[in-house]
Amino acid sequence: MGMTMSEKILARHAGVPSASAGDILTCQVDVAVCHDMFFTVAGQIDFERVNKIADPDKCVVLLDHAVPAPTAKDALGAVKARAFVKKHGIKNFYDVGEHAVIHQLLVEKGFAAPGRLIAAGDSHTCAAGAMNAAARGFGPAEMMYIWCKGETWYQVSPTILYNLHGSFTSQAVTGKDLFLYIAGVYGDATNMNVEFGGEGVGNMTIPQRQSVATMCAEINAEFAIFPCDNVLREFLESRGDQSVNAVDPDPDAVYYDIRDIDLSSLMPYVALPHYIPNNCCPVADVEGTEIHQVLVGSCSNGRLEDIALVASIVKGKRVARGVRFIVTPASQKIYLEALKEGYLETLVEAGAVVTNATCGACYGGHMGLLGPGERCLSTTTRNFKARMGDADSEVMLCAPATAAASALTGRITDPREFLEG
Amino acid sequence: MNVKIKGRVWVFGDEINTDLIFPHSAFRVPPEEQVKLVFSDNRPGWSSLVKPGDILIAGKNFGTGSSRPGAVLLRRLGLACMAADSINGLFYRNAISYGFPALQCPGVSKMFEEGDTAEIDMLEGTVTNLRTGETRVGNKLSKLMAEIISAGGIEELLIQEGYMD
Repeated sequence: MGMTMSEKILARHAGVPSASAGDILTCQVDVAVCHDMFFTVAGQIDFERVNKIADPDKCVVLLDHAVPAPTAKDALGAVKARAFVKKHGIKNFYDVGEHAVIHQLLVEKGFAAPGRLIAAGDSHTCAAGAMNAAARGFGPAEMMYIWCKGETWYQVSPTILYNLHGSFTSQAVTGKDLFLYIAGVYGDATNMNVEFGGEGVGNMTIPQRQSVATMCAEINAEFAIFPCDNVLREFLESRGDQSVNAVDPDPDAVYYDIRDIDLSSLMPYVALPHYIPNNCCPVADVEGTEIHQVLVGSCSNGRLEDIALVASIVKGKRVARGVRFIVTPASQKIYLEALKEGYLETLVEAGAVVTNATCGACYGGHMGLLGPGERCLSTTTRNFKARMGDADSEVMLCAPATAAASALTGRITDPREFLEG
Repeated sequence: MNVKIKGRVWVFGDEINTDLIFPHSAFRVPPEEQVKLVFSDNRPGWSSLVKPGDILIAGKNFGTGSSRPGAVLLRRLGLACMAADSINGLFYRNAISYGFPALQCPGVSKMFEEGDTAEIDMLEGTVTNLRTGETRVGNKLSKLMAEIISAGGIEELLIQEGYMD
């Protein structure tokens, strides 16, 4: 019986010839990653009592959620993280100054690579599926277990295949719109893997795939995996990867469902408050809705091409009065590139606030929280009640172009007219 | 782990996410304060009404969201177990690894009114409303998962195996 990409990666890491939905396997994990919240949040795991780790070279520790530390308790978490990596000889440690949002860091530093099984203490870890990896999030106790033992159990899930065709017809329509369409029409993928195929994948950039793969956490997908095509191979070569252990699905792989999407039929979408599955609509349906803050950033949409697109829309214009426009790059590297390209200058001239690279306001940490009665239109990952601030605020999610156009008008706005003609 | 659990039911809806269970406001406070903040944004005051042995029943996609271990707060609050129409895979793993029995059982959210008494058999995967007599069958806990919960969770396993002092 043929295998999906998810099944092949799990079988390979369990040392068995095949795997299919329902199997429970013990798999060797290639790389296991924790960020600052592992060390900062109280009551999760008594990591200071750990006395041995399986392989420090397979561990990565980084600071991203609360950098630079906005509170003394965040600073204490960072102190504990530094002591932990020193005690256990973990060399892959990324401190303030070389920081990036975890899912961008794994791509920039080469930890996310084809065929790998990746574990991280963050729910959006499925983001690494854009690199043809099987990656998922774990809670703190299981991350500690994987660090100690080098392995854990996986239950093989059924897989939904999205066959993509054609290409986006507007520069304003990007990967986030594809995701919001999928989530709006098909709803959740709870206890399922999501895989992508079809010639349309080749018309999507790597950051667009990262955006889609990250967001698959929001439909409760287990893994979200893109194939290793020429676009990805070129990206890997540019990163300096010599060998590629890519996986392709077998032609006779078994899927729970196969769904076809024509990228040329897509338009700008938004997710309405306070959840995502079956709760998205075209921008046109809510156009004119008043907003108080616009946020561009996160593991979903804080990449250079996102910032470039946003800068091109606001160039020479002004953010609407009464709107705070916050741009948070996903990494120091992206921040520097955006600076050199002049995008940050364009954004600040338009009235935007460009912040340090961090998870920032996405998880309600710092730099852009909401007060009561406020509404934020955001390219971040979640629209949960109270996540970004007051319980009486609202978050609606969209792609970068929609965010930028809406920042200029102060109301939810279809971005296509800002980029065409 | 008690295989059969009987308790008073609290009913929640669909899409109850991790940020409601384990809000950001609970990140940097001691564990005894953390539990008081469970559902503080969607049902203020609820945490003080929970009695040891109570059972939480919910709709679809319970625990959607973050890797933060909401399950451990529900356990420390005194809940004996939970059942939902569907449970986010990461939340489910956290439930097992923090020793909190959780059962996926489609339709379970329609079986109960708040205050009913439920009987749940974690190994058989059955949920019964002792007021109405209705029973549904959900997913059984696998042997591996039952062993982790019975040990008291992952941290206890690591201590037993000498990985933690």
